[in-house]
Amino acid sequence: MIERYAPLLATIVVFLAIYGFGAVSYNNFFSTLVFGDLITDNAFVIIAAVGATFVILSGGIDLSVGSMIGFVSVALAALVGHGWHPLAAAALLIPLGALFGAAMGYLIDACEIQPFIMTLAAMFLLRGLCFVVTLDSLPISHPFVDAFAGWGIPLPGDGRISASGLLMFAALAFGIVLAHFSRFGANVYAIGGDAQSARLMGAPIRRTITCVYALGGFYGALAGVVYAFYTGSGYPLAAVGVELDAIAAVVLGGALLTGGVGFVAGTLFGGLIQGTIQTLITFDGRLTSWWTKIVIGALLFVFIVAQRAILRSTRTRESLA
Amino acid sequence: MQAPRVELTNVSKRYPGVVALQGVDIAFAAGEIHALLGENGAGKSTLIKIMTGAVGRDSGEIRIDGAPVEIATPTAAQALGVGAVYQEVNLVPTLSVAANLTLERQPRRFGFIDWRKAREAARESLAKLGLDIDVERSLGSYSLAIQHLVAIARALRPETRTLVLDEPTASLDAREVDRLFAVMRELKARGIAIVFITHFLEQVYAISDRISVLRNGRLVGGGLTRTLPQVELVSLMLGHELQALEARGPAAAKKQDGEPLLAVENLGARRVIAPFDLSLRAGDVVGLAGLLGSGRTEAAKLIFGATPADSGTIRIDGRPVNWRSPRQAMRRGVGFCPEDRKREGLLLDLTVRENIVLALQSKRGWFRRIPRNEQDRLADEMIAALGIATPDAERPAGQLSGGNQQKVILARWLISDPRILILDEPTRGIDIGAHAEIIALIRRLCAQGLGLLVASSELDEIIAVSTRVAVLRDRRKIAEIEGEAITRDAIVQAIAGP
Amino acid sequence: MSGETVRSRAPRAPVAHSWSDRRALWPLAALAAIFLVDAFISPGFFTVRIVEGRLYGSLIDILYRGAPTALVALGMTTVIGARGIDLSVGSIIAICGAAMTWLIHADVSAPLVLLATLGVGLLCGLWNGVLVTVFDIQPIIATLILMVAGRGVAQMIDAGMIITFRNPFFSSLSTGAVGWIPSRIVVALGFYVVVWLALRLTALGLFVESVGSNAEAARLTGVDARFVKIVTYLISGLASAIAGILITADVRGSDANNAGLWMELDAILAVVLGGASLNGGRVLIVNTLLGVLIIQSLTTSILVSGLPPEYNLIVKAAVVFVCLLLQSRPFRSSLGRLLRLGRP
Repeated sequence: MIERYAPLLATIVVFLAIYGFGAVSYNNFFSTLVFGDLITDNAFVIIAAVGATFVILSGGIDLSVGSMIGFVSVALAALVGHGWHPLAAAALLIPLGALFGAAMGYLIDACEIQPFIMTLAAMFLLRGLCFVVTLDSLPISHPFVDAFAGWGIPLPGDGRISASGLLMFAALAFGIVLAHFSRFGANVYAIGGDAQSARLMGAPIRRTITCVYALGGFYGALAGVVYAFYTGSGYPLAAVGVELDAIAAVVLGGALLTGGVGFVAGTLFGGLIQGTIQTLITFDGRLTSWWTKIVIGALLFVFIVAQRAILRSTRTRESLA
Repeated sequence: MQAPRVELTNVSKRYPGVVALQGVDIAFAAGEIHALLGENGAGKSTLIKIMTGAVGRDSGEIRIDGAPVEIATPTAAQALGVGAVYQEVNLVPTLSVAANLTLERQPRRFGFIDWRKAREAARESLAKLGLDIDVERSLGSYSLAIQHLVAIARALRPETRTLVLDEPTASLDAREVDRLFAVMRELKARGIAIVFITHFLEQVYAISDRISVLRNGRLVGGGLTRTLPQVELVSLMLGHELQALEARGPAAAKKQDGEPLLAVENLGARRVIAPFDLSLRAGDVVGLAGLLGSGRTEAAKLIFGATPADSGTIRIDGRPVNWRSPRQAMRRGVGFCPEDRKREGLLLDLTVRENIVLALQSKRGWFRRIPRNEQDRLADEMIAALGIATPDAERPAGQLSGGNQQKVILARWLISDPRILILDEPTRGIDIGAHAEIIALIRRLCAQGLGLLVASSELDEIIAVSTRVAVLRDRRKIAEIEGEAITRDAIVQAIAGP
Repeated sequence: MSGETVRSRAPRAPVAHSWSDRRALWPLAALAAIFLVDAFISPGFFTVRIVEGRLYGSLIDILYRGAPTALVALGMTTVIGARGIDLSVGSIIAICGAAMTWLIHADVSAPLVLLATLGVGLLCGLWNGVLVTVFDIQPIIATLILMVAGRGVAQMIDAGMIITFRNPFFSSLSTGAVGWIPSRIVVALGFYVVVWLALRLTALGLFVESVGSNAEAARLTGVDARFVKIVTYLISGLASAIAGILITADVRGSDANNAGLWMELDAILAVVLGGASLNGGRVLIVNTLLGVLIIQSLTTSILVSGLPPEYNLIVKAAVVFVCLLLQSRPFRSSLGRLLRLGRP
């Protein structure tokens, strides 16, 4: 029992340790204000990372998430500029994102194209579409967006859980239910663990893979909407490299990049670990932002090597059994 | 025999380059444990894959309970009551036991999986096999024995009438085997037809009711277990196809003084093969005889350094040379043609020329590259000398037929000028013509003063080429036969044992 | 098995004698097609002039701009040849650029700066190689670590700023010329020649391809598969270091955020466009060079055609997409079926 949850527990412990370190080291760090901001600032990354979790659990990878966020944000800005209601634009763009993901997933399975290279092409395509829509930053000025940015559930102290944060939690909850309580979720885990066996056990591979990338597209587009509302603008170079942040969040969340093992809830903490490191470095005036990347890289290294070691030890146990 | 539950008539299957099954007629009866025996590549896996819908057949008919059926997918096979447990447990090790047992048939409530019920169902199905384990732990965290039992539990659905068990005992200890056998007897009593694939003869006699032996894609014999003596069974399995081959009186063991070329003492590795001794002189051909799983391949790989040994010494010309990698063995003049050509031998994407020069090049190292014209010359020479059927040396090796691929691997070692050559199943999956050529080649090499070690499942082949035979059983060397004493009967008796 | 005899004696399909040449045909044709279009849309496309002792013109521009990508792609070709991948090349470029800038500011002599920077690149390659072989981590994942952390390291060396320098030797690397040829092109071509010679004169090519084709079979034939893999990552690190030097010399400074950004993608793309499989087994450096030229001439063509540059990425994506589909076996066979249906 405990063994299965060990990586998740490790992630939570790391998060608490980093957060605790901040609380002890800096005044005002341990406050609802900082915590609320942490949630708000990282909401879109975590939403995208939930989608990436499904893709990685299935044994694939999605490099197009950052471009998807960028594209949705500029498309939304452009549509609002043409007089659309932001919600109407979101209602159009989110299914479109899911459809785009589904097409990728279908081609990956049907044409046996490596997910890595397929989503790379998609990344170029979506980023290119960003530039076609606009070359400059487009402001999104609409009362609804202002209201979205201003609204929040007040917490004791000065902090609040913003609308972005709430959306993130909703998306996370949906992901958890889907991963752990639906047949689709069970099939994703099975395919990521051993696609050959999963097929022999009757799991529908093509349908599941198509849905997995559709889900990745859905979450990517949703992250784009949240990002656009949160920043109040659309910018064609927005969210460059967020796919890596998302993948890092999934790995730090305890998922195996080879697929089949991990928890959607872990991704929340993986994302929060990255966010907390960033906050810590901002709090400490002396350190500069590059430390974020180095620390995250080092954490990635530790997690990956530890996973590898665990995997190896179980394998030797098997072969000796 | 009762009415057959599953009946295959005249079933054939051909893969590119190999005929896997040829006109096989076989029937599996209700309430009977039917042992299916044969060497690697005999067609066992293909047969059960056809029965379980994993591959399609080329021709022939399948009947279930008398009615002709088409089995297109594993799901269709399950629906027709045919369940299977494969050798490499075909479950997902990263999933929990409960998730493995209920995948695609989870109990649901309001559309959500009801895990409490799923766990109950999982526990129930395991309880039927006398297993009480934590179903929430991942399958991979359990021993292979448990994993096999879980796989059986998954294969046993209410509608299952036929159960295929592919080498279920390969990695189990004696107690676990007993437990599995108890389960099998219980299932047999329930009227389920069990197809039991194994290479352990004592297990065949301990539990099966009927035996069938496959060899090179054909059904070569069988019968009721109690009427088939073990000696006859071993003889069936070791084949009798080389009568055409000239019967050579085993070469008289050459009298030679001095140190043997290769001397192996007490070489062994835990769980791989028990420590054994072996010596090889120039001009010797030592045969490694034994059934599948007897340790033939393991012994060969250990000597070559492909598998690390944990005891013993290897001497070349009397000097100890404890190599730990194939590279070191090669530098000392040892070559190795593996049994599994596609996975361990050939570089399928590379050309015939590149495959042929690789061993010589790795012997020479990085900086003394064999010039291209010399490569061409070497390749062309070997193609001519061994009669490799290829339009030219620039054809990818993967496009050649099995016999020619084997010759390419032989050519690779021959140009690297070895003193000792280890051949594991040199004629596996090769047509008769090429077969005779390779046997002739082995004799020629031996006459040239090479020391050869030949592991083979074909007894006649061993007899035809060997000056000495080491007999293996259950991963242990049990006898050594020399000179005139090398006869079919002597080896079969040794393998069948007391 | 008697079926064998029939097979081996069956009539042989006509196969081109040297099929590596035939493989270069497709990228060559693609490049020719691009140039053909250019000839129509931009009459001066092929004009090459000499200005101030240096060649100028669209064709030279393609070579000049493509030089760093060509270097990185060459390293990537060897890594992919041994069935690996190196996502960290962009970060290695950034690290090398930062290290080089730091050394120049520390008043180290130019040759030493060069050597030290190449050493940094080799160290990065060694790190990747050790992760892949000793720790046995999948290449995509192993090199992801340096990809993420590398830019942080580069920024640390730069102390978080964009640092510029003035150095006549390094300026000559970007603006200078050897004969009439811009020195940057000479450096890139020089490295191609070095690798080409290494492939001709040592067993590098055969060993890399054997490991990429079947690592276990190579090991059982005496090839030290681990060492071969490490060597490929070393070559990739070295190539990235040289690319980093060129890029840094060109902008006269180190920009840890943007130096070599997306370079890994262009490099992988070049290898794929050159017709090599991502599953390893072939090191086709000429094809890779053609792949780089395709990418670069597409970019340049879009510029000269007057099409807005924002279409650049879309066109690139479309080209990749078509290549991927054409390389996909299931797609080709279903396409074949469709064509056969078309003419009964």
